[in-house]
Amino acid sequence: MIEVKNINKSFGDKQILHDISVDFKQGEINLIIGASGSGKSVLTKCIVGLHEVDNGSIEYDGRDFTKMNFKARKTIRKEIGMLFQGSALFDSLTVEENVKFPLEMYSQKSEEEILDRVNFCLQRVDLVNINHLYPAELSGGMQKRVGIARAIALNPSYLFCDEPNSGLDPRTGIVIDNLIQEITQEYNITTIAVTHDMNSVMETGENINFIYKGKNWWNGNKEDVLKTDNEELNDFVYSSKIMQKFRNL
Amino acid sequence: MMSLGIGSLGLVAIISMFMGAVVTLQTAANLSNPLLPAYLIGYATRESFLLEMAPTVMSLILAGKIGSNIASEIGTMRITEQIDALEIMGINSASYLIFPKIVAALCFIPIIVIYSMCLGILGGFIVAMYSSGMTIEDYITGLRYDFKVFSIIYAMIKTVFFAFVITSVPSYHGYYTRGGALEIGRSSTKSVVYSSIVILIINYVLTQLLLL
Ligand SMILES: Nc1ncnc2c1ncn2[C@@H]1O[C@H](COP(=O)(O)OP(=O)(O)OP(=O)(O)O)[C@@H](O)[C@H]1O
Ligand SMILES: [Mg+2]
Repeated sequence: MIEVKNINKSFGDKQILHDISVDFKQGEINLIIGASGSGKSVLTKCIVGLHEVDNGSIEYDGRDFTKMNFKARKTIRKEIGMLFQGSALFDSLTVEENVKFPLEMYSQKSEEEILDRVNFCLQRVDLVNINHLYPAELSGGMQKRVGIARAIALNPSYLFCDEPNSGLDPRTGIVIDNLIQEITQEYNITTIAVTHDMNSVMETGENINFIYKGKNWWNGNKEDVLKTDNEELNDFVYSSKIMQKFRNL
Repeated sequence: MMSLGIGSLGLVAIISMFMGAVVTLQTAANLSNPLLPAYLIGYATRESFLLEMAPTVMSLILAGKIGSNIASEIGTMRITEQIDALEIMGINSASYLIFPKIVAALCFIPIIVIYSMCLGILGGFIVAMYSSGMTIEDYITGLRYDFKVFSIIYAMIKTVFFAFVITSVPSYHGYYTRGGALEIGRSSTKSVVYSSIVILIINYVLTQLLLL
């Protein structure tokens, strides 16, 4: 469980996040949705500490992250896995070395056990026999899956996914969504996924947070999201023709 | 990083040999006065290579080659969020990425500079062998004339400073790249320009301090 309380964030004199409070529940996929530029990525980066917040607190199961120094944060960071918007695989390392990287950094396991874990994680995301390829030799969907494998290598308690299915075809997108959902339930992880894709909202949305102009505008689940009378949310949800047709059924 | 150094050996060899040859020819052409001893040609080649050509000119060339490479490598890691990925894993990305590069450069750039000195003098030697204007004996006498070990020490002190600049300036520009692919090119250009200027200034200051 992650509790975000009243955080503000500005870059220079441009305020991006306005007094955001939100709870992310364990064992569920918590979605952050919103239009492009609304501040979703900035919010996630604030929560994991890649950006410092101006004020407010962020508690990981009661541990206040904002008040910690680099060393104390390190213990929490070991419990965080993150899938980046562009996968962010280390391009000078092979697939195997990428997944191995956090394990070699932090686990006390032997070389053999590490390799077993790497292969387990890669199998978990349905990637076999690609251990020695480089990220540039993979398709976008495969890169995302390697990114997931790397993110879950250390058995994280918190998993962050920034647009896990952007740039993928709808079908592969759903495969990735389902994969994240399975992993979340299987290991009882607190998962936070950023998306602006209604497909994945309908697929995985349990706890949906709609960010509008840097404010936490609305929250609810996937049933509520279709029936809401919140104007801004409706504009967002029914912006595509398909969704408009769906509403008029 | 080591491979970058090894990859530069060919380029450094070609440049050093040709510069050594040309410096020797030019000195020979300018020393047509019979009152001046012929061994000055070898002496001039040696001095210019030890003091300036090998440490400073090679460092400028390496600033172009290694510097742009470092800036674009780290810049790419920045904009593709690889640096964020390191940070998320609790790694101090700046020291993780930059420190090994500086250490490697401090080890191998002095070696490249010594290698360049040898090849420059060899370039001059080949010219002395095949050109009619001088003899090999004169050239060798010149090489040995009034040799001071301090010249080498001075060159190595300069090189260590340059090696630090060659890696740290591009690392800084790469690390603070913002935006997209265009900015990677920009930080790589900027880092070459800035590191060259810094090298020239340090060269001036150190020469003033050490040689006078
Ligand atoms: N490092 C930064 N410095 C200054 N401004 C920034 C920075 N990062 C983001 N912003 C600004 O913050 C705002 C929100 O950006 P953010 O990346 O969070 O959008 P987003 O909701 O993730 O959009 P998208 O769906 O397109 O990824 C934008 O107006 C952007 O210009
Ligand atoms: Mg974003």
